[in-house]
Amino acid sequence: MSNGVIEDSQVIPAAEVEEVELYHAKSFITKWVFCQDAKVIAIQYSVTAIAIGLVGLVLSWLMRLQLGFPDVFSFIDAESYYQYVTMHGMIMVVYLLTALFLGGFGNYLIPLMVGARDMVFPYMNMLSYWIYLLATLILAASFFVPGGPTGAGWTLYPPQSISEGTPGINGGIILMLVSLAFFIIGFTMGGLNYVVTVLQARTRGMTLMRMPLTVWGIFVATILALLAFPALFVAAIMTLFDKLLGTSFFMPEMLVQGELGPHENGSPLLFQHLFWFFGHPEVYIVALPAFGVVSDIISTHARKNIFGYRMMVWAIVAIGGLSFIVWAHHMYVSGMNPYFGFFFATTTLIIAVPTALKLYNWVLTLYKGNIHLTIPMLFCVAFILTFLNGGITGLFLGNVIVDIPLSDTMFVVAHFHMVMGIAPVLVIFAAIYHWFPKMSGRMLHEGWGQFHFWVTFLGSYLIYFPMHYLGFVGVPRRYFEIGETSFVPESAVALNEFITIMVLIVGFAQVVFIINIIWSVFKGKPSGDNPWNSTTLEWQTATTPPGHGNFGKELPICYRWAYEYSLPGVKADFIPQNLAPDKIK
Amino acid sequence: MVLAVVLVILGVGSVIFHIWSPWWSTEIASNWGSIDNAINITFWITGVAYVVIILFMAYCIYKYRYRADRRADYEPENNKLEWWLTWITAAGVVGLLTPGLLAWNDFVTVPKDALQYEVVGKQWEWNFRLPGKDGKLGTSKVSLITDDNPFGINPKDPNGQDDVLIEGDDLHLPLGVPIKMNLRSLDVLHDFYVPQFRAKMDLVPGMITFFWLTPTRTGSFDILCAELCGVGHHAMRSTVVVDDKTAFNKWLQKQETFATLYPKSAAGKKQVAGTSAGPSEVKTVFSTSVTNSSKTIR
Repeated sequence: MSNGVIEDSQVIPAAEVEEVELYHAKSFITKWVFCQDAKVIAIQYSVTAIAIGLVGLVLSWLMRLQLGFPDVFSFIDAESYYQYVTMHGMIMVVYLLTALFLGGFGNYLIPLMVGARDMVFPYMNMLSYWIYLLATLILAASFFVPGGPTGAGWTLYPPQSISEGTPGINGGIILMLVSLAFFIIGFTMGGLNYVVTVLQARTRGMTLMRMPLTVWGIFVATILALLAFPALFVAAIMTLFDKLLGTSFFMPEMLVQGELGPHENGSPLLFQHLFWFFGHPEVYIVALPAFGVVSDIISTHARKNIFGYRMMVWAIVAIGGLSFIVWAHHMYVSGMNPYFGFFFATTTLIIAVPTALKLYNWVLTLYKGNIHLTIPMLFCVAFILTFLNGGITGLFLGNVIVDIPLSDTMFVVAHFHMVMGIAPVLVIFAAIYHWFPKMSGRMLHEGWGQFHFWVTFLGSYLIYFPMHYLGFVGVPRRYFEIGETSFVPESAVALNEFITIMVLIVGFAQVVFIINIIWSVFKGKPSGDNPWNSTTLEWQTATTPPGHGNFGKELPICYRWAYEYSLPGVKADFIPQNLAPDKIK
Repeated sequence: MVLAVVLVILGVGSVIFHIWSPWWSTEIASNWGSIDNAINITFWITGVAYVVIILFMAYCIYKYRYRADRRADYEPENNKLEWWLTWITAAGVVGLLTPGLLAWNDFVTVPKDALQYEVVGKQWEWNFRLPGKDGKLGTSKVSLITDDNPFGINPKDPNGQDDVLIEGDDLHLPLGVPIKMNLRSLDVLHDFYVPQFRAKMDLVPGMITFFWLTPTRTGSFDILCAELCGVGHHAMRSTVVVDDKTAFNKWLQKQETFATLYPKSAAGKKQVAGTSAGPSEVKTVFSTSVTNSSKTIR
């Protein structure tokens, strides 16, 4: 697949499908607001996700202020603290990361990278965004209802999420569950689009095994999401029924405020199984697109083909499959049948093998490369280190017996922030610095980018690396204040103060990043069509940013895989996927 | 260059931090040393991988930094290398899983002679029940709970009459004896968590969960709740005291049983409706716990 330039040209099928009639906007509103062009929808998704993500960021500051300096901020009480924790978690995982990777990058990159004019169902694609926006607004509305948003923790475990003693049990939790239901409906519309587009709308010559890994990552992640989100959907609906209609899906016989409550025989564990049957694939719904993006950026900026492409593809598929049989590793201390521990510990540690191979292959791509330390590359290297760290602590928590002392401590918080907070966010930054020139025709400012990178990378390592050790000490997570204990040393308080200060510094760097984006849209250095000398199709468009229909009059023909860098005997150090074999010098 | 140096500092610095940081597990007080062993093995295997990979990455970034006169190597695949890496990783995984699953097998196998104790959690307090001389706990049900039967013990079950009830007070455990902790929640999820015991488990309303341990040193330890249970979660505390046998027995003799504490309920007489614990009582309980926790460690 890599060397035979001549064989490649023979497998290009003739155009069998006629050009489809594209949707054409007739007014300003249909062009920029209710738009059906995937690129505009991508930007709408991204802006919305980043906006709600900034809310999540501010919530994390408030939370850290309380943890670092308890008793200082009188406006933070236990109720509001748990509301910050809950909303921060749900916003970041679902409304920022999932929406940005699939709705944002998926929409922008899939059609361009596979050589399609647009998504196959543009109208449904548009609906997907507007339902996502509705879901986000419903979620945001819960800040303004009496009682405020839910404070049940982002896992929303019943009975506590809908029982007295938890903040937001009358308005907040209902809006949260309704919002999730809408999010899933919206996502399903977009998700079907991404999958069908990848399967049906690839340009001539774009075989599956020639697709860039970004598309592979988003494609498999979308399939995971289509299979996993329904579990969350039914869990949300059943919880709503328990709350509003008095059913007992998850609600057992129990005391409510000291008196016997109305429910009986429901199973709180059933909710946890449903939640994590969604929740663990969700980790990979975020991680797989990140894996793909990192592969492509590293390869481009190291001027070297991705090492072990086929292995990388099969690792993505294997991880996707395995991710459906590991969910109960989130439930080792839940009281489920303890014999499940053997099975889930084994599957969880097996999934480490394909994941580790991907990591080796990224590093081996750097080996003997010619590495440009551009901002996207810097973020990718930071990602590898952060992801390695988070993956390793995953081996602690996945191994059932090791999880027992660490579960529900700050170790868990540090682990999942490293592996699915910081690591994917670093990839998002890499991707934005990498593709911003295509989206806007301008480069982001290099100096501000350097500042943003170093503060974010080093700051977040300093936040989360020491935090693991608070978990070893035994500091539990989700504590409004640790109060008086016999086992937490004074020095841990100082560490908490340090972490809080770092959080504020890293948060400030994100403000610089946002300013950089806004400034560069108008004043950035013009980038040209292909500033990174990349091989993939999105860089070969006739105009930058690509016009409606993505490619000019004729769709590109794909002659080779996406990683033809530094091919021996060829003068240029890259060969675009659509460059005809007879034009290679 | 800068990046390579920073990577080396992070890799080596993490190891130094691990060795020198003042923050590490509390001194263990139970038989679960196998858990600490598994953690240490995991640290060794993964720590080596962590440092090696970081240093190799730093080397690549330094050695293969961009130069206009150099060209990257072209090697799409290397089956041999990829298989080697697969098997080395798989061997590492086996090295982690084996001690882990062996320890887990002990964890799930409760000794037959273990004492049967019960932890009862409710928002936001811990209560405990020990079997009487018969060694058996009486059956219980949430719907049987009244002011006069706060544990919801079934009065018709003779095993329950001599159960020792500990309400709002410290739990005492005898040293060196295996104990099965039966966990029961009266309202939402809780988690019985004593850092020095290493073991922990959720309390789930509607079912009885468990774990077992053998206390291995005397002393007094904090009990915390480790599963979010509402606004009083962080304040749901109690104390467990591990005594040698004489001290434990002395303590046990002073405790009262279901039959002596609540003779009416134990005799099976029904409570008049309306006298069950109302919301006001729960409030009081919560405010006491909050007062307890307001003493911070500073």
